[in-house]
This record gives sequence, C-alpha cells and structure tokens, in this order.
Amino acid sequence: MTPPLNSPPPKIHPLKNQRAFSWLRVKAVLAKEFIQMRRDRLTFAMMVGIPVAQLVLFGYAINTDPRHLPALVEMGDSGPATRALIHGMQNSGYFDMQGVVSHEGADEALASGSTMFVLAVPPNFEEKLLRGERPQLMLDTDGSDPVAAGAGAGALPGIVQQSLRPYVTPGDTPVETVVHRRYNPAGRTAVNIVPGLLGVILTMTMVLITAIAITRETERGTLEALLTSPAQPLEVMVGKITPYIAVGFIQTAVMLIGARFLFNVPFTGNPFAFLAAVSLFILVNLSIGFLFSTMARAQMQAMQMTIFVFLPSILLSGFMFPFQGMPVWAQAIGQSLPTTHFIRAVRAVMLKGAGLGDVWGNLWPLMAILTVVAALALRRYRRTLD
Amino acid sequence: MSAVQNVIDVQGLTKKFGAKTVVDGFSMKVPKGSIYGFLGPNGSGKTTTIRMMCGLLRPDGGGGTALGFDIATQSHEIKARVGYMTQRFSLYEDLTVTENLTFVARLHEIEDAKGKVNAALQEYDLAPRANQLAGQLSGGWKQRMSLAAASLHEPELLLLDEPTAGVDPKARRDFWERIRDRADKGVSVLVSTHYMDEAVQCDFITFIAYGRKLIDAPAADIPKEVGLHTWRIEGAHLHEIYKQLTGAPGVDQVARFGSALHVSGRDEAALERAVAPFRGDHDVMQAKTGLEEAFIYLMGGAEDNFK
Ligand SMILES: Nc1ncnc2c1ncn2[C@@H]1O[C@H](COP(=O)(O)OP(=O)(O)O)[C@@H](O)[C@H]1O
Ligand SMILES: [Mg+2]
Repeated sequence: MTPPLNSPPPKIHPLKNQRAFSWLRVKAVLAKEFIQMRRDRLTFAMMVGIPVAQLVLFGYAINTDPRHLPALVEMGDSGPATRALIHGMQNSGYFDMQGVVSHEGADEALASGSTMFVLAVPPNFEEKLLRGERPQLMLDTDGSDPVAAGAGAGALPGIVQQSLRPYVTPGDTPVETVVHRRYNPAGRTAVNIVPGLLGVILTMTMVLITAIAITRETERGTLEALLTSPAQPLEVMVGKITPYIAVGFIQTAVMLIGARFLFNVPFTGNPFAFLAAVSLFILVNLSIGFLFSTMARAQMQAMQMTIFVFLPSILLSGFMFPFQGMPVWAQAIGQSLPTTHFIRAVRAVMLKGAGLGDVWGNLWPLMAILTVVAALALRRYRRTLD
Repeated sequence: MSAVQNVIDVQGLTKKFGAKTVVDGFSMKVPKGSIYGFLGPNGSGKTTTIRMMCGLLRPDGGGGTALGFDIATQSHEIKARVGYMTQRFSLYEDLTVTENLTFVARLHEIEDAKGKVNAALQEYDLAPRANQLAGQLSGGWKQRMSLAAASLHEPELLLLDEPTAGVDPKARRDFWERIRDRADKGVSVLVSTHYMDEAVQCDFITFIAYGRKLIDAPAADIPKEVGLHTWRIEGAHLHEIYKQLTGAPGVDQVARFGSALHVSGRDEAALERAVAPFRGDHDVMQAKTGLEEAFIYLMGGAEDNFK
C-alpha cells in the first residue's frame, strides 16, 4: 500500500531501502545458473577438460617410472666390490652405465645433460668396506628432471645393499650413500607438482568462470532486468557462485583421482584439513571472479583480469620456482596470493600427513583474503547502472 | 491499489555522462490509470529518464516519486511495484520461455509461481512456444514474452521502453492491444516510442529532444500546443510544389499525405502568402493541424540526437 499523495512522505530510512535476505531469490538465481551451465557446452568442457588435459599432459611429460637412465662412475677404486656395484646398477634396469669419468668430466657431463647420474666411488672403497668403516658413496644427480633423479636416487640404496652382500656381514648398512641434487635442490617430484597443479587449475577456472558468468549479464543486457528486480546483491552473489563451488569440487575430485592414477601420489594427511583448504580456496577464487565481474564491462576484459592473477599465481606461488629462492619483492607478492597458501596447505596435507592444526598457518591467510575480496565485491556490485 | 494521483511525479531530473548533459531539467507527471506516451528521437534521453525513474540510475539533479516512493531512496519499493520492460531484450536467450518467466516470478517471490507462469503463458498466447529457447523467438514474440515477464508480479505501473521497435506492424498492433488490456485493468503505462501511429493511442504525450522537454499535453491538445497552421494542396505536379515550398518564407514544414501536401507554419499570414500562388491550378484549402504534422514538426525531420 502506498500512502496518498497529500499525506506526508513515508518515513523510511535510506538503509531500509533493502529487504531481508531471501533464500527463495537465491534459489531462483541458483536454478537459473544451473540451467545455463548445463546448456553452455564450452564452459562445461573447460571445467572438466582443463584438469584432465593438464594431468594427462603432465602424466606423459613426466615419465613416472623412468628406466635406463644414463650414469657415469668416478672410479676412486676399481676393485671387485666396485665392479660388483656397477654390475648391480646396470642389472637393476634403472641405470645405463655409460663408463668411467674423471672428477672434472663429471661436472661437464651433468651440466650438458649427457648423463643424469655420476656415482663417485672413494679411494680405498673396498678396503674401508671390508674393515666396516662405512665408506661414503656419493651420487650426483641432475635435479632438473626431478622425477628421474628421484627414481635413480631412490633405487640406489637397495642396489648397494644387494650387490655388496658378499663383502659385508648381513644386516649391516655397509656404506653411507649421499645423494647430491644439482640444479634443483628442493628436489620437487611429480608428487610435489600435483598440489601446485591443483592450485593453479582451480585459480584459473574458478576466477575465469565466475568473472565471465557475471560479466556476460552486463554484456547481454540481462543485468538491467536483474537490477530492476527485487534481488539483493548478496542474493545474486550467493546464487551465482554456489553452482561453481560444485564445479570446483568436481575439478578437485578429477585431479585427485587422476593424480592417484597417473602419478601414484599418496594422500597421507587429514582429509578434513584438505577439505577445509579446498573449500576456502574455491570461495576465495570465486570472490575474486565476482569482484572482477563488477569491474569488467566485457567478457574479454574479465579474461584479461583473470590472467593478471593467474600469471603471478603460476610464477610466484612456489609452483614453478621454489619460494625461498625468490627475491624478497617476489616473495612479498607471493605471500598475498591465495594460491601460495593453498599449495603449501595441500602439500603439507597430501605429502607430509599434516592435520588441521598444522595447516592453520596457511588457512587463516586464505580467510583474510576471502573477507577482504568478498567485502570489496559486494561494495562494488552495482545496484545501479552507473 | 495505490492512492497516489500521479504514478510518476518527477521534477528537474538531470543526468550527466561525463561532460555531456543527457537529461536536462526534465519534469513529468503521469496520472494514474493513463497511457502516457514518451516521444523523442534516438539519443534524446528517453531511456536514461526511465532508468532514473525506477532507481537504476542516480539523477545528478532533481528528483521525485514513482508510485509515491522517492526515486532516490526507495528504489527497492519501486522495483517491487513497477514492471520495467527494457529497450534491449533483457531476458536469457539460453533459457526457454517458461524458464525465463519462472525465474522472474521467483525473484519477485510470487506465491504459486508455477500457476502464475502458466496463466501468463495462456494470456500472452505463449503456450505453444513455452519450451522454446528465448533466443530462437522472433522479435515480436520476444517482446510479448518481455511484457508477460514485466507484468507477472502485477505491477501498478508499467515502464515500456520502445517495446515495439523493430517489430512488424501486425505484431505491433497486437502488442498495443495488450497494453490497452493492461490499462483497462487499472495499470498505468509509460511507453516510449517513435512511431506516430502509436503516439495517437496515448492519453498524454511528452516530447523530449536533446534531453529537454519540448511539449507535454493530452494527446488531443498537442497540435494546438505546437501552434502550427496547415494548408492542404491537392492536384498535379505535387513533387515540384514540394520542392518549391520547402524552405520558402513562412513555411516550416511540407509533408506528403497520400495525394496531398500538408504545408505548415507558425506564422499564419506568411503561410497564406506562401501557398497563394498555387491557388489557380490546385485545390488549396485550410486544414486542421493533426497530431502527425505536429510530430513531424517536433521531430525536426526525426534527426537523431546523437552527437
Ligand atoms: N551509460 C552511458 N554512458 C554514457 N553515455 C550514455 C550512457 N547511456 C546513454 N548515454 C548517452 O545519452 C544519450 C541519451 O541516450 P538514451 O537515454 O538512450 O536516449 P534514447 O533512449 O532517447 O534513445 C545518448 O547520447 C547516449 O549516447
Ligand atoms: Mg532508448
């Protein structure tokens, strides 16, 4: 009921220019969004296709069970024990023993990539071995291919144990094997790449899909009708974002299954800690996408903004380069990226068996970023067209 | 139903985009229950004005009420009671007719949304197309669906922004029948258009150009308000006469109506002198200035107001 013209104007405080949050309207937006998502083949292809494609790409690019890796020996001792060791390495199938090399030649061979391993056998190896002095075997590896390097380094102790059996009393650890990784001291392996890949893919698709889904409304003129409807910004935001939360979890599931299948990546930690990290991270990215959509006037612009976040997320999050090795300014940028904290949390949970308490230090920065971004997005969501 | 007399009552509305003043001191009163025509060339500021009235744009100056609610501070109340049909199609092309209507109904929290949507499908003859994607409908059907969507929550006021632009004449006639239908049910309608045959159907008319109101009167009074005098010339070689009279002293406008020319001007005596030479060979008689002459005159040759 509106008041008659000659009565005093209705006393309504400007803040009341809003109605209570309505779940019905959220559900309306949600249902609409699901229908559109179902009909939009391209987006659907993107959300499932990207993780699968990336995983397959990584799966093939990185040989997860490398064999016949080229190796050289620096012979400080050429006795029967050393020869037994070299034979053992050759017979294991992991190594392809190319020959003998000098100390100087070893560096060059590793640097040029003509070999992947150099085994340094110390002088008087056999003598020390027989005396039970635990001589040191040094394996230099080319860490630029972390998977291959890891596979060889992992296989060596077993081979040593096996081939030196005739020379030692059973049950002893006859030698000390030291692995020296070159070019990639962090020694990342495929196992280490999966959490990073998950972070990067979620960043890419979540930000992009939301940014586009909302900018599309501006571009197609449907925003005008949405703005004239009684729907509130928060209702629109919740309704539009929720379907993509589901998408994010589907992507995560695809990645996890793929990681297990292609890389045999373990999952050692607390699933709830993982779930908390993933949920938070998906929400953060969706809010960033929503924020972008309030700024972009065209889908193209939204894509450019996405790249603006995506590139640093790849380069400065610790996915591509070890975080500690980056310059301070780059670390500062990296710290403000949600992907950085997410990758840390997931690595901790998946690979190091961390629980909720262990990853709290990575979760609260995600919460802080979420709060700031969501507040900004809601403020910026135009209730008017200008 | 609302007890206000004027469903729209705005004064001095002004809107600037950058340095350009797009709407300049615009005032308007739309009496309850009327069909109000909002006319003006392209780019004259009609859409901008309508958007300010329903709270989509903030005016840089002026203000007023829609349905008794302040357009600056109570846009939520206005949005809930107004049906706004945007100039550009603003429903979802990748949803079906039913899905679109259902979405709108739910946003308005209409009880029995399903029943209301079905009723609307029947009323607007959309039932056979209910499961077609909106993007596949022709212009006329899209407009009909938009009107159905804008009317779902039974608004007291319909704001229709060029609802029949680019629609074929039959669909236009049909659309106007539906506007009348709404009006008969007590809904007030503000409709922008630049079709003159549509202007004739309105109770009141406001004409805007370059963001300023030129005239504002009941449709029947418009010719008088414009202050034009008109002479009608019939006979041979009208095309020659058209060329001779265009721009002649005292002649503001020459328009062809079937087999006759309508020559109009504000200065009665000068106009009479201008048409006098043709009296011998032709039928030259004084005529009543009609709405059409008035609009052709106001449109100034329908030049668009885009800079
Ligand atoms: N959002 C906007 N930003 C800048 N200029 C605008 C905007 N909207 C409209 N205009 C300009 O304002 C003028 C009036 O436009 P509009 O209200 O759409 O006129 P009409 O509806 O009568 O055709 C035009 O010159 C148009 O270019
Ligand atoms: Mg317009």
